[in-house]
Amino acid sequence: MLEHDVLVVGAGLAGMRAAVAAHEKGANVAIISKVHPVRSHSNAAQGGINAALTDRGDSWEDHAFDTVKGSDYLGDQDAIEIMCSEAGAELIRMEHMGVIFNRDDEGKLGTRAFGGQRKARTFFVADFTGQAMLHVLYEQILKTGVRVYEEWFVLDLIMHEGRCAGVTALEIATGRVFVIRAKTVIMCSGGVGRLFEPSTNALIVTGDGMAQAYRAGASLMDMEMVQYHPTTLKGSGVLITEGARGEGAYLLNSQGERFMKRYAPNMMELASRDVVSRSEQTEINEGRGIDGCVLLDCRHLGEKVIRERLTQIVDIGRDFAGVDIMKEPIPIRPGMHYIMGGIKTDVDGLTSVPGLYAAGECANVSVHGGNRLGANSLLDTVVFGRRSGHHAADVTKDMDWPKLNIEDLAGQAEDSLQKLLSRNDSGERWSKIRHDLGVDMDKYFGVYRDERGMQTLQRNIQNYKDRYARVAVQDKGRVFNTDLIFTLELGFMIDCAEAIVAGGLERKESRGAHSRTDHPTRDDANWLKHVLVTRTPKGPKLSHLPVVITKWKPEERKY
Amino acid sequence: MEVTLSVRRYNPDDKERPSWWQDYTVDVERTASVLDALIKVREEVDGSLSLRCSCRSAICGSCAMRVNGHAHLACNTKIIEASQDGSKIRVEPMGNAAVVKDLVVDMKMFWDKVRQVSPWLQPAGPEPAGEYTAPNEAMLHLAGVMSCIMCGACVSDCTSLEVDKNFIAPAALAKAYRFVADPRDAQTVERLRMLNEYSGIWDCTRCYECVQACPKGVAPMDRIMAMRDKAMEAGFTKTYGARHTDAFVDSIEHSGWLDELRLPIKTVGMFNLPKLMGFGPVGLRALMRGKMPPIFHTPVPNVKNVRRLFKKVRATQGREQK
Ligand SMILES: Cc1cc2nc3c(=O)[nH]c(=O)nc-3n(C[C@H](O)[C@H](O)[C@H](O)COP(=O)(O)OP(=O)(O)OC[C@H]3O[C@@H](n4cnc5c(N)ncnc54)[C@H](O)[C@@H]3O)c2cc1C
Ligand code: SF4
Ligand code: SF4
Ligand code: FES
Repeated sequence: MLEHDVLVVGAGLAGMRAAVAAHEKGANVAIISKVHPVRSHSNAAQGGINAALTDRGDSWEDHAFDTVKGSDYLGDQDAIEIMCSEAGAELIRMEHMGVIFNRDDEGKLGTRAFGGQRKARTFFVADFTGQAMLHVLYEQILKTGVRVYEEWFVLDLIMHEGRCAGVTALEIATGRVFVIRAKTVIMCSGGVGRLFEPSTNALIVTGDGMAQAYRAGASLMDMEMVQYHPTTLKGSGVLITEGARGEGAYLLNSQGERFMKRYAPNMMELASRDVVSRSEQTEINEGRGIDGCVLLDCRHLGEKVIRERLTQIVDIGRDFAGVDIMKEPIPIRPGMHYIMGGIKTDVDGLTSVPGLYAAGECANVSVHGGNRLGANSLLDTVVFGRRSGHHAADVTKDMDWPKLNIEDLAGQAEDSLQKLLSRNDSGERWSKIRHDLGVDMDKYFGVYRDERGMQTLQRNIQNYKDRYARVAVQDKGRVFNTDLIFTLELGFMIDCAEAIVAGGLERKESRGAHSRTDHPTRDDANWLKHVLVTRTPKGPKLSHLPVVITKWKPEERKY
Repeated sequence: MEVTLSVRRYNPDDKERPSWWQDYTVDVERTASVLDALIKVREEVDGSLSLRCSCRSAICGSCAMRVNGHAHLACNTKIIEASQDGSKIRVEPMGNAAVVKDLVVDMKMFWDKVRQVSPWLQPAGPEPAGEYTAPNEAMLHLAGVMSCIMCGACVSDCTSLEVDKNFIAPAALAKAYRFVADPRDAQTVERLRMLNEYSGIWDCTRCYECVQACPKGVAPMDRIMAMRDKAMEAGFTKTYGARHTDAFVDSIEHSGWLDELRLPIKTVGMFNLPKLMGFGPVGLRALMRGKMPPIFHTPVPNVKNVRRLFKKVRATQGREQK
C-alpha cells in the first residue's frame, strides 16, 4: 500500500519547501505532482523575492506596512507580520541551500526595486529567480531522498470520518488509478490562471487543488481578488517582469506621455499592480492606447543593464513579440496573473477541513488581501510552505492511520474515469469549453467589473457546467492520455469559476484588484471583511470573517 | 498561414503498427511556434496526440522534441524558421530515450544521470549566520549554467551517449559544473575525481551537438572542457578519459567504425575486473535486444579512405604544432 505521514500535493516552491520541512521533522513525506517538479509553474517567477534584511538598514515592519497597504487593508495583519518577520531567515536559508542570487560589490546579496514598496528589498537571480529557486529546492528533494510521485495526477481528496485521509490519483504514464493513504495532506497545487484567456500563467495552472478542497468542504476565501499584471504581451499574455519597471522602464501612451504621473505622481510606474493596471486600462478605454495596448519602454536603460539584468525579456521580446527591446518599446496590456484568493488557512496552513493543509498560491493565509505586491508570492510560498510542513509533520507523530477501504476507493475512482472515457454524448471536447469560459472570464471579470456583467457570467458558467456534463474524451487509451487530463482539469476550473463569481457579486465595493464600476469606492464600514465561499449541493454558500488588524489602521491608499 | 506537420506517432496500446508518421495541416499565425501548431492539432483536430508542454515560453523545459531531425524546444521554434519554403515540418520525439507515447519520452535515464552527480550544494563547516559572501562575477557566471531548464535537448542529440549509454551526458555534466564552479561548494576535488572516471568528462567526443541543441545558451560542451582543465589542475592526469579517447581513435582508424565491445575493455584496462564486471548488465541488455556488438569486428569496406583521413589530420596537426 502507498502511504505517508505527510503527502504534499504539488511540487512548486510551496510543495517542495513543505516537503523539505516535514522531512526535517522526521516525517515520512512524499510529493505528488502532475508534472515533474522542475516543470512547475513557479519557474515563471522572474522578478524576485522580497525580504527586509535588518543588517541592510531595512525593517520587517516597513515591509509589513507596504504589504498591508498593498493589500488595500484586506490582508490579515497577524499573518503579514509572520511572513515579513520570517522573510530574512527564509531568504538566507534558500541561499544556504544553493540559490545563487545576484550580489553587490562586497559579495553580499544585492537588491532591486519592485512595485508598491518604498525600499529596494527584492532579491533576485538575473530574471529567473523562480527557476533558480525551484531547481535548488528540487536538488534538496534529491538530497533528502523524499519520494516524488512524478507525473501523477490527483483526482480527488479522500475524506474519512470527517478528516482528509489521502488522495486518489492517476499515474499518467500508465493510466492506472491508485489510492495513497496519508495522515495529513498539504495542498500546494498553485493558482488557477488558465481559467482566464489570456493569462500569464502556464497551461497546467488550472485550480485543481482549490476545487478539490472546495469539493471536500473547505472554505475558499476572497476568490474575487484576481490580479491583473500591468505588463503582459498582447495575444499570448506572456509576462514582462515588473523587474523591468524596477530597473526604470517607462510606461507610455499613444502620445508618448508617461501617463502614470496622472495616477500615481510619487511612485509612477512602481505604484502597486492594481493601480497601474487600472491606469493602463483607463488610458486604453479613453482612446490613448495603441491597438488595445500601451507601451513599455526600456531603451534608456542602456545595453549593459538590459543584458545583465533583463536577459529573459530580451528573449521574450524577440521570440514572442518580434521586438528588439534595446531599440523599440514593447506593446503591453494588463493580463490575468495571480489569484490572491484561495483555500482559507491559518498561519500554520490548516484549512477548515481536518487533516488538510494548504500553502502557496492555492492557499489564502491572507497575506496579499486585495492585491499582492510583486515578489511577495515567492516569499509566501516558502514561508508558509515551511510552516505547514513543520506543523503537519508534528501533528502526525502520534496519529493512527485512517482505516480506509482501499479497494473500494480505487474501484470508485476507476469507475468514474471509465464512465468519462466511454462517454460519447455531445462529441464536444474540453478545448472549446475551456476557451469560451476563459474569454468570458476575461470579459466579465477583467480589470473592471459590474453587477450585470458578473450576473451574465454566472449564467454562462451554469451553461458551461451543463456542457461539461456531456463532454467527450477523444483519446480512449490509457497511456499518457493528455486529452483525459485536460478534461478533468476543466471540471476543476469550472468549480473555481463558480466560487470566483460568487465572491465578486458578494463584495459590493471596490478594493484592491476588485474594481466595480457600480461600486467605485472602498467601503470600510461594510466591507472591511473577508468573503468566504463554501460548496453546498444547492450552490455556493457565502459567509464573512473580520480582517485581523494589529498595528496599522486602514487609511486611504495613495502612491 | 497554413503549415503541415509530419508527426512521428507511437502508441504502445496499438498492437498493429509499431510507429507511424501522421500529417496534420493547420492554419496558424505567422508568429506561431511549432508548439502553437501542435496545440492547435491537439485541441481542434486530434485529441489523441500526446506531448508535454506548459509554459510556452522556454522556461519549463517540457517541450523538447526533434524538429526536422534536431532537438529543439517546440515553443521557441518558429514555424517560419522550421519551414522557410513552406515544406512539411518533421516532428519526432527526442533521441536517446525510450518513447512512452507519441512525442512523450521516458525521462528516467535523464534524471538518473542528474542524480549521479550529487547535484546539491555541499559547503564546508557550519553555516554562517548570514549569507555566504561570493563575488558577483562568480554568481553571474554560474547564472549561465543555472539557466539550464533540464529540457533534455542536449542529451537527445549527444553522439557519445548514442554509442555508450553509461556516459553521464551533457545536461548532468553541466549541472555538475554548476557546483564545481560554485565558490561556496567544498567538494570540488571529490566531484572532479568522480567526473574523471569512466563515463564522465572524458567521454565527450566534442561533437558540439549539445551546444547547438541547447535553447538556453548553457553550452554544456564548454562546461565539460572547463572541467577537464580543472581536473588536470587538480592533479588527475592518469585518466580513463585519455585512454578512452585513444581507444576510440584506434578503433576508428583500424576498422572505420567503433568497436563497442573492446572500447570499454581498453578504457578501464584488461585487468580491471570489478569495473569490467560492471559492464555485464549493459552487455546482457544489449544482447537481449539484439544489439550486442559483433565479436569479430570486421573493417568497413574502403577502410583505407578512413586511414587516409587520419593521416591527413595528423599531418595538419603536426604542422600546427610546429
Ligand atoms: C509569469 C509569472 C511571473 C511571476 N513572477 C513572480 C515574482 O517575480 N515574484 C513572486 O513572488 N511571484 C511571482 N509570480 C507568482 C508566483 O510565481 C506563483 O504564485 C508561485 O510560484 C506559486 O507557487 P506554488 O508552489 O504555489 O505553485 P506552482 O509552482 O504553480 O506549483 C503547483 C504544483 O501543483 C501541482 N499540481 C497541480 N494540480 C495537480 C494535480 N491535480 N495533481 C497533481 N499535482 C498537481 C503541479 O504539478 C505543480 O507541481 C509570478 C507568476 C507568473 C505567472
Ligand atoms: S559535445 Fe560531448 S557532450 Fe556534447 S553532444 Fe557532443 S559528445 Fe555529447
Ligand atoms: S543544457 Fe540546455 S539543452 Fe541541456 S538540458 Fe539544460 S537547457 Fe536543455
Ligand atoms: S512549453 Fe515550457 S519549455 Fe516549451
